Amino acid sequence: MKNPYLPLPMKLVKNFTETEDKLIHTFTLQFLSEEDEKSFPYMPGQFAELCVFGKGEAPFGIASSPTEPGFLKFSVAKVGVVSTALHLMEEGSMVGVRGPLGNYYPVEDFKGKNVVIIGGGFAFTTLRSLATYMLHPDRRGDYGDITVIYGARNPGLLLYKEELAAWEQSPDINLITTIDRAVDGWNGRVGFIPAVTEEVAPSSENTYAIICGPPVMIKFTMPVLEKLGFPVERIIMSLENRMKCGIGMCGRCNVGGKYVCKDGPVFTRAQLNELPNEY
Amino acid sequence: MILSKKDIPSFLDKLISEYQVFAPVQEGSYTLFKQISSGADAVLTDSNTKLPAKEIFFPQSEKLFSYNVTEEGTKLEATIDDQKKVVFGVRPCDAKSLTLLDNVFNNDKYQDPYYLTRRTNTIMVGVGCNAPASTCFCTSVNGGPFDTKGLDLLLVDTGDAYVVEVVSDKGKALAEQAGFAAASDADKTAASKAKEEAKVTCQVNTDGLKDKLDVNFYDPIWDKIHEKCLGCGACTYLCPTCHCFDIVDDAVDCNGCRVRNWDSCAFPLFTLHGSGHNPRTSNKERYRNRIMHKFKYFVDNFGEIACVGCGRCIKNCPVNMDIRVVLEDVRGSEARLDS
Repeated sequence: MKNPYLPLPMKLVKNFTETEDKLIHTFTLQFLSEEDEKSFPYMPGQFAELCVFGKGEAPFGIASSPTEPGFLKFSVAKVGVVSTALHLMEEGSMVGVRGPLGNYYPVEDFKGKNVVIIGGGFAFTTLRSLATYMLHPDRRGDYGDITVIYGARNPGLLLYKEELAAWEQSPDINLITTIDRAVDGWNGRVGFIPAVTEEVAPSSENTYAIICGPPVMIKFTMPVLEKLGFPVERIIMSLENRMKCGIGMCGRCNVGGKYVCKDGPVFTRAQLNELPNEY
Repeated sequence: MILSKKDIPSFLDKLISEYQVFAPVQEGSYTLFKQISSGADAVLTDSNTKLPAKEIFFPQSEKLFSYNVTEEGTKLEATIDDQKKVVFGVRPCDAKSLTLLDNVFNNDKYQDPYYLTRRTNTIMVGVGCNAPASTCFCTSVNGGPFDTKGLDLLLVDTGDAYVVEVVSDKGKALAEQAGFAAASDADKTAASKAKEEAKVTCQVNTDGLKDKLDVNFYDPIWDKIHEKCLGCGACTYLCPTCHCFDIVDDAVDCNGCRVRNWDSCAFPLFTLHGSGHNPRTSNKERYRNRIMHKFKYFVDNFGEIACVGCGRCIKNCPVNMDIRVVLEDVRGSEARLDS
């Protein structure tokens, strides 16, 4: 019987300060052997428990894509004991990783369809994984137009700036970035995600919308997607709830009878409409 | 087969040489299941133990693994308890609760090796309830005072002896090994009589309860029903089917272990996000979740009610919250479909 509580030791090869406010760090973790890597087959949208030995473990979405072999990437906000310990960790240290956990974005269903990815703030992590996965030369042909709408309060808070710059130039992806208020030197859009989405989103015909961000952004973007004609079955969301075990046993992340850790974190709007609003 | 009451200590002593034997023992003012080193320590009283038997399989605090982090690498060591065990004197409600917990610790995707290994290696010897307490309502939740779910052997009290009934192959093997004498016709008649006379007097009508819970999440009844509850969590700690836990590290420098401890959905911190957001902000949401989990979500997921009617939550609630009354109130509420 496989023991689902045992973490895989991984080496922290990069501890990168991702945002201007220094509250988000991106960690690049390296597998110690090929065998370890094989034991961790994952898909975009899944998460893992990161552990700092002596401090504990906490769940984070996987920001890297399975098309990027050899390492895992996580972007973590400094909010609690484990995330703070991670932020302070020196490169070369050992970190425990338990997973991959949860379900993933239904990339098979996206085949032959257009996709619009809508992200806000630092909830862009698994969306980065998804975009990177679909943009891989072996897979890009499987999908129609790929549009990414990504917003943050100010330019300094956008994640993965180098990648965004590359996507700007790429014919394979249509990237729209936006910030809440105008600042000097910003050439992108200014405005909140719901308004920008209404303006730039592709036709809902034959298109999936994947949305991840703070509750207030979701709340105001949802009516926009409905207005644009996205059926609830083609609106994909990723939930967050407090978790411990990540395997449907410790009992705290449930929304109705579904566990976010085991049955999610990815749900369609249609599925969520059947559940109580306890998230 | 028959087991005379005076032979119980020697029967258990023989088992102790081969198994870890757990039985009800007196500890201060109450009884609970503990591993015994002498058959004479087992106490079979008329009523159920204060604490359920789940702790044998799912301890209140349990080390998942220990670790040692050095320059050379990280060493992890998990110890899975695979000792052969016998649980003696467990009541049918508590035995059934384990069959419910099996669904949780062996779900559609993951297996918990700590719990499941103990379950596999344990023989359950139950004792039926000749005199169910006034707080017992097992017959309302698909159980009964002589129910055999989760048991390998069932003992039926006939006064000076127990008539031993074989429930499973595991139980049969243990009975053969013990070499119990055959039960006489008189013994068998006495056992049947005991079963007939045992009455669970308290009935909770669960007709339509699930249908109601399916649609009444937003019903105003939840604003009222929780009001008395202090959120102390005593009911969850004493409940044989509650399984929520926390995972923490216990370490000094680079040596330590990861531990899981029982936790409770009655506590506000249980669902508090790192961001400060809490999906179950008040006692209302938490109490509703407890009822919903046992009588709706568990039924949706596993086809059974996650309550065995042991009555511990009723007996031990500091403010006399009575789940039987709560269920009646819920059942009688006017469901509203709108939110």
